[in-house]
Amino acid sequence: MSAEFWITQTFNGLSYGALLFLLASGLSLIFGVMRIVNLAHGSYFMLGGYVGLSVMWRTGSFALALIAGAVAIALVGIAMERLFLRRLPGQTLGQVLMTVGFALIFQDLALLVWGGDPYTIPVPASLQGAVATGALRFPTYRIFIIVVAFVIGAALWLGLDRTRAGAMIRAAVDDAEMAQGVGIRVPRLSLGVFALGAALAALGGVIGGGFLGVYPGADFEVLPYAFVVVIVGGLGSLPGAMVGSVLVGLLDNFGKALFPELSYFTLFAPMALILALRPTGLFGRV
Amino acid sequence: MRSPVVAAALVAAALALVAPVLPSYPLTLLTQVLIVAVLAMSLDVLLGYTGLPSLGHAAYFGIAAYAVGILATERAAGFATCLLAGLVLATATAAVFGVLAIRAVGTYFLMITLALGMVVWGLAFRWVSMTKGDNGISGVPRPELPWPGSLWSPLPFFYFALVAALVAWLLLGVLVRSPFGMTLKGIRESESRMRALGYNVWLHKYLAFVISGLFAGFAGVLWAYYNGFVSPVDVQLVTSVETLLMVALGGPGTLAGPALGAAAIVFLKNFVSVYTKRWLLILGAVYIGVILFAPRGVFGAFTRGHR
Repeated sequence: MSAEFWITQTFNGLSYGALLFLLASGLSLIFGVMRIVNLAHGSYFMLGGYVGLSVMWRTGSFALALIAGAVAIALVGIAMERLFLRRLPGQTLGQVLMTVGFALIFQDLALLVWGGDPYTIPVPASLQGAVATGALRFPTYRIFIIVVAFVIGAALWLGLDRTRAGAMIRAAVDDAEMAQGVGIRVPRLSLGVFALGAALAALGGVIGGGFLGVYPGADFEVLPYAFVVVIVGGLGSLPGAMVGSVLVGLLDNFGKALFPELSYFTLFAPMALILALRPTGLFGRV
Repeated sequence: MRSPVVAAALVAAALALVAPVLPSYPLTLLTQVLIVAVLAMSLDVLLGYTGLPSLGHAAYFGIAAYAVGILATERAAGFATCLLAGLVLATATAAVFGVLAIRAVGTYFLMITLALGMVVWGLAFRWVSMTKGDNGISGVPRPELPWPGSLWSPLPFFYFALVAALVAWLLLGVLVRSPFGMTLKGIRESESRMRALGYNVWLHKYLAFVISGLFAGFAGVLWAYYNGFVSPVDVQLVTSVETLLMVALGGPGTLAGPALGAAAIVFLKNFVSVYTKRWLLILGAVYIGVILFAPRGVFGAFTRGHR
């Protein structure tokens, strides 16, 4: 194993982790505020990719594809939360089954609209190619993903840490009932967080569509990754989602490169170990 | 206490009498219902009686199915070996996973069981030299047993599955009515009260988890023989969730409920997929409809009224 191997794989792992962060940060926030295990979160990723693909075909603008994907799926999330999930406060099992129902419906609708063929979202020329240093080549698109994740992560952190809305979200994560008691409108806050989470997942879907592709089954393929990130990092914790994403991205990448037959095992087994030592994840509180 | 035994005996007798005149397709579906009902009942020990919603139940089912698939095809192992290997592996997996999962409560329990289930799915999918990966293991031969008629034909295999399901139902029925089962119900209602009364709550939950895994493994053994084919589909998340739906639909906390829920879902899936390609859409709508309109289970209200 040469040094190049380790540097390249670390870079690939980091860029995959960056994509996972977009997906998982929303899931973690949704969970933190609403305690909902949303099994349709992977569907937002897939649907976002498909919407982005269609917009890309029509307009040829990658920026527009990103915006359209995020906005469209945010609306889907708003409708789901407002019309359905709100009727099931505190019913964990009911929420799980309902979000699975939505995931199945989304899967079938996507098949109906976009067919069963896999597509790749064409990325603009400025993001193609690679940055080369010596024998090493770093694809520009993967650098772009890392930059986007950094920007979003910083924006989320500033938003949560420095704004009034962020303080209200943190209060609701800590104790939703108490937050409601001191006059924070938790239902409205939940709706906002749900929309934001869905939009972030869709953004991940459009960006991921540029190198993983958009295809049927992508929803249930990325879902476990998002869950592992959230479980490892701790539910409702933004730093947890950051650390978890990087960790999972690296574990997955090195697992696939070093032990291809056991690659999922090398991802999930460390998670089980972390859980056994810290049941609430690395950064989670009860 | 007596009435469920009488009711089950009547249902079983009715099924046994009707079976010979049924065409082979509905008979095969009924066989499938019986096997899936065992899986649903095993999950209900956790969900309905102990109050633990597991999202990884397909793991034990699938591990046992894979054990049978691999042993019966590559080693040409007999029924006893396959059954034993399936049950032992499923139980051992549940025993390991239980240690990790039982510490968690509520949503954390859900997420941990989901992730542990994914470990097994990942192995089934990627450990190609053992499991043949996505292609699955095909051509699992039906067992040669001293049984009236060859198990390769639908009718004798239906009777075989009927006897197996009845045995599982009887054992589970004794279990949930035993003092142990009553303690599980107590834990479901109030964990802190049971702890205050001096019960070892952790141990009871853990044993329920392991026993539930054992019976799911039994269903998995039957499934491998029934289907003749084992693939990652048998251990995937959707299978776990579908089992949860069966229990929720039938009414958690009863054994008849999940069995009826299993029948409803198996028939629905198979009939709807005959008439339309959009059966996932309909199945999704069923999930949402059940939760909105029958949160305590369609048959749950009925079976509860009997007590």
